[in-house]
Amino acid sequence: MTGSKKLGKQTYVFSRPLPILSTASVVGRKEGEGPLGEYFDEVITDPLFGEKSWEKAESKMVREAVDIALGKINASYGDLDFMFGGDLLNQLIASNFAARDLPVPFYGLFGACSTFTAALSLAGIALDGDFADKVLVTSSSHYQTAERQFRFPTELGVQRKPTAQWTVTGAGAAIIGSSGSGACLTCATVGRVVDMGITDANDMGSAMAPAATETIKQHFEDTGRTPDYYDVIATGDLGCLGKALAEEMLSELGYDMSKNYTDCGVIIFTPDQDVHAGGSGCGCSATVFAGYFYSSLLNGDYHKLLLVSTGALLSPTSTQQGESIPCIAHAVAIEKV
Amino acid sequence: MATKEKTIDQEQYKWRVQRKKPKPAVLRNTIMAFLVGGLICTLGQGVLVFFQSLGMSMKEAAGPTASVMVFLGAFLTGLGVYDDIGKVAGAGSVVPITGFANSMVSPAMEFKREGFVTGVGARMFQVAGPVLVYSTVTSIVIGIVYWLTRLWEARL
Repeated sequence: MTGSKKLGKQTYVFSRPLPILSTASVVGRKEGEGPLGEYFDEVITDPLFGEKSWEKAESKMVREAVDIALGKINASYGDLDFMFGGDLLNQLIASNFAARDLPVPFYGLFGACSTFTAALSLAGIALDGDFADKVLVTSSSHYQTAERQFRFPTELGVQRKPTAQWTVTGAGAAIIGSSGSGACLTCATVGRVVDMGITDANDMGSAMAPAATETIKQHFEDTGRTPDYYDVIATGDLGCLGKALAEEMLSELGYDMSKNYTDCGVIIFTPDQDVHAGGSGCGCSATVFAGYFYSSLLNGDYHKLLLVSTGALLSPTSTQQGESIPCIAHAVAIEKV
Repeated sequence: MATKEKTIDQEQYKWRVQRKKPKPAVLRNTIMAFLVGGLICTLGQGVLVFFQSLGMSMKEAAGPTASVMVFLGAFLTGLGVYDDIGKVAGAGSVVPITGFANSMVSPAMEFKREGFVTGVGARMFQVAGPVLVYSTVTSIVIGIVYWLTRLWEARL
């Protein structure tokens, strides 16, 4: 029956669990020094990663993450049927230029910092539809490339607002297979674009919190689950303020998030790392998942995870023209089967 | 929000955010801006006095003093120190002439990789440009006002 895998309004339940076969994370020095440092596969100390520009460095981090993820399961490029990937840069140059060197059919995605779960849900759809056997998912961000594109030159002496977030330098990759066991994708709730009228590009947590709230609420309504169903519910990069707002709004809707809710942007850094409200960027939820959550699922610390990457869909042009910030969040459930 | 099924009103949300938003440390920032800004200005005064001690008049010494301060700002930007000062000092290091140097040199450094014409040349005034444009416009307006008052005085 057409649409029979759709549950409720926005949730897609895969007909079989789709195992995440391997993940990899490559991060910058600051992330490596953070509380999750030991979980990352590679920490690069040089923000240029031996390249001539930061953009090239970000691209190289994506390729590096792909190679590490493939190496862990002794697979090669030829085994991959699709690659879904994205980043924050204009025309997705980090992902597109990384894909240039990979002989893999490629879809570039822009969902701002929500890209990682957007890619995971599309990978699930491609695999569940029997269009593929192994799908590669990547997303990346880089402090310097994002800063110069969205804000100011990095050496400009300006004071950041307490609500500002620090773009994570990092690339995450995951390879998902068509059947098996382990940590598996089981369903995905695709988000709608939500705009609550926030215009401050230095306060993306507040802008994105309603989108995260909407998607999480929709996920619970569609599936009939409650927050207790999951061991951990993690938003992508709301930061301290956005997390507090999302938690408050969900609690008003009747969902008690106080026990198992966290945010990748909050846990990737400690407050003394001078990151203000926390981490952000496509690489934030990607590396925290690929590094920390995936290994916690494998070793049994967690059995059920709802990952909700959140994206602020702004551009420097829209900010200058005084537009408010439309945001989106996609949720994927990853359960140990 | 364009969709009909709004769960939370935008106005209400704005209020909700305002309530939860961490406040910037205004008192600490003001004190730091005062101290660092004052320090930079004292240093500038010291340089001015030095040039005066070489026998220059106040007017003659102003030029070389500005050059020394601009050089310092540019040099510290190049060393990657000025942005760290700015983080603590805020307006204290933005407003003095050293901050002007920082606003020129930092984009020039940033966009070197885009080439000397489309990068450094085109982007150098990215931050300082508006300041230059509007200070020039203001000086023209003030000049016209000055000229008109002189004309008026001459007729009396």
